[in-house]
Amino acid sequence: MNGHRKRGRVKTTIGVVLTAVMLFPVYWMLNVSLTRDQDMRKSPPDLLPLHGTLAGYRTVLAEQLPYLATSLVIGVGTVALTVALAAPAGYALAKLRPRGGGVLGFVLLAAQMIPGIIMAMGFYAIYLQLGLLQSVPGLIVADSTLAVPFAVLIFTAFMSGIPGELLQAATTDGAGTVRTFWSIVLPISRNAVVTVSLFAFLWSWSDFVFAGTLVNGGAHEPITLGIYHYIGNNNQQWNAIMATAVVASLPAAVILVLAQRYVAAGVTAGAVKD
Amino acid sequence: MNHTTKLPDHRSERVRSGAAIAASAPGRTIKRRRPASTQWAAWGFLAPVTVYLVLFYAYPLYRNLDLSLRDYTVRSFVQGDAPFTGLANYRRIFDDPTFAPALLHTAVFTVVCLVFQYAIGLALAVFFNQNFRLSATLRALFLVPWLLPLIVSASTWSWMLNSESGVVDAVLHAVGIAPVNWLTSPSWSLTSVIIANVWIGVPFNLVVLYSGLQSIPASLYEAAAIDGANTWQRFWRVTFPLLRPVSAITLLLGLIYTLKVFDIIWIMTKGGPADSSTTFATWSYQLGFGNLLPAFGPGAAVGNLLVIAALVFGLVHVRVQRKQALS
Repeated sequence: MNGHRKRGRVKTTIGVVLTAVMLFPVYWMLNVSLTRDQDMRKSPPDLLPLHGTLAGYRTVLAEQLPYLATSLVIGVGTVALTVALAAPAGYALAKLRPRGGGVLGFVLLAAQMIPGIIMAMGFYAIYLQLGLLQSVPGLIVADSTLAVPFAVLIFTAFMSGIPGELLQAATTDGAGTVRTFWSIVLPISRNAVVTVSLFAFLWSWSDFVFAGTLVNGGAHEPITLGIYHYIGNNNQQWNAIMATAVVASLPAAVILVLAQRYVAAGVTAGAVKD
Repeated sequence: MNHTTKLPDHRSERVRSGAAIAASAPGRTIKRRRPASTQWAAWGFLAPVTVYLVLFYAYPLYRNLDLSLRDYTVRSFVQGDAPFTGLANYRRIFDDPTFAPALLHTAVFTVVCLVFQYAIGLALAVFFNQNFRLSATLRALFLVPWLLPLIVSASTWSWMLNSESGVVDAVLHAVGIAPVNWLTSPSWSLTSVIIANVWIGVPFNLVVLYSGLQSIPASLYEAAAIDGANTWQRFWRVTFPLLRPVSAITLLLGLIYTLKVFDIIWIMTKGGPADSSTTFATWSYQLGFGNLLPAFGPGAAVGNLLVIAALVFGLVHVRVQRKQALS
């Protein structure tokens, strides 16, 4: 009995060490974000931010707030567009099962395989002609292509689990398909909506490829470009760069703390039978 | 980006085939057809996404194909009157001195990343599968690298691998190894981006393989233990074979996503120095957007080669899923 508990403690220790190794880069990002300019080129570097400074974060507050606001707007827009497109589609594929639905499912699967830079190049050519380059709505539409196929598949999988009797009962009570979808299917699918929204937000927040090709140099640039310009322009102020990186990581941190089960559900939805 | 993954849904595949069975069962007993109004309603719900797919997937892809078949300059790009040149752009990239290195780097990058991500992910999954205190919390923390924006990970790794003041070289120096010019030496740049990408890809492998392990019944391990199998044997005789379906899907998805990795390499090395870390993805972007004089046609041609590769492996993926769903 005692030996068993001891072995458990050894495993916990190994687990903590492995996690620490894995998360070292994240710690390093924090450490550098707090380092003073004059200590930045020190060799060997300080392992702890003993002479910590918030100068990097002050720079972020002074320079990066518009970028963060743009990213927020783009994230929310992408979530809204993705859910609005994908939820009805998921309902139709799962419950109404039209002829040709299987083909559409296959097309969605294939759509996810297309590399982002190819999409970006196509969007660039189209937006150039339409005059949509450097526009926020244009970027929202482009970013939503990262999430829509995934979202349809998640909604389809989730809504397939809704018992048919429930929908039958609604029909018997005289509710049409739209009414059934809006008042019954959508409220029940809350978990799927949360999962889809989380991923859509995270992907658009993190997007660099579309931002770099479609809104680079525009009036409203997202935070990923804010960091990218920093790296390009001032190679010296790494505390400011890393402070921006820390701030840009906050949504991921919040999501991990508040909604971890949705994340795990989203990751494994693809690959594993349960 | 995206290793930040868009996951094709295996479950939906299974559900779809399940749905097909459910639909045909009543059809046999009572002859009942789905009323035409339901068909209309269904396509009504599907209409937005269908239009969307045509406008924002099919059309950009078509434009990309069109780009690769014409001789575009900046002027004709705007005016849209570039002359049709057939496969000239493709011939041009095949003859380009960058083609062979880009192909080699893409292959090495993809294979090495996959092997390490899978091996490390599997080892960690097996480790975390033994329930000990804090295991759930620690496993959740392992998700962090996967959730971070790629630009954050890439710039952090850039600074850690910096030759003058990077922490990695400082550690190497402390244990008596000569410092390495990770990002600025042509012989190390590919290794550097592989390290960063493995770090980002491990969490995905861990989470998926872990849930695969969860579905292996504990009774099998007990039976193996009674038969006298040691830990090592239990892994190779029980865990590994039973995990094969999940492994196949994980590796295939990993392959599709690693082929198109762009952000990490572009942010860390821009494919350089001297093309030493160029892959098809960065080469395509370099041609289209990286120079003062953009070569949209050849850039699109390189990109289309990637699309073909991705779709081939995508078809393999669908086939594997079908087979697994049937078995």
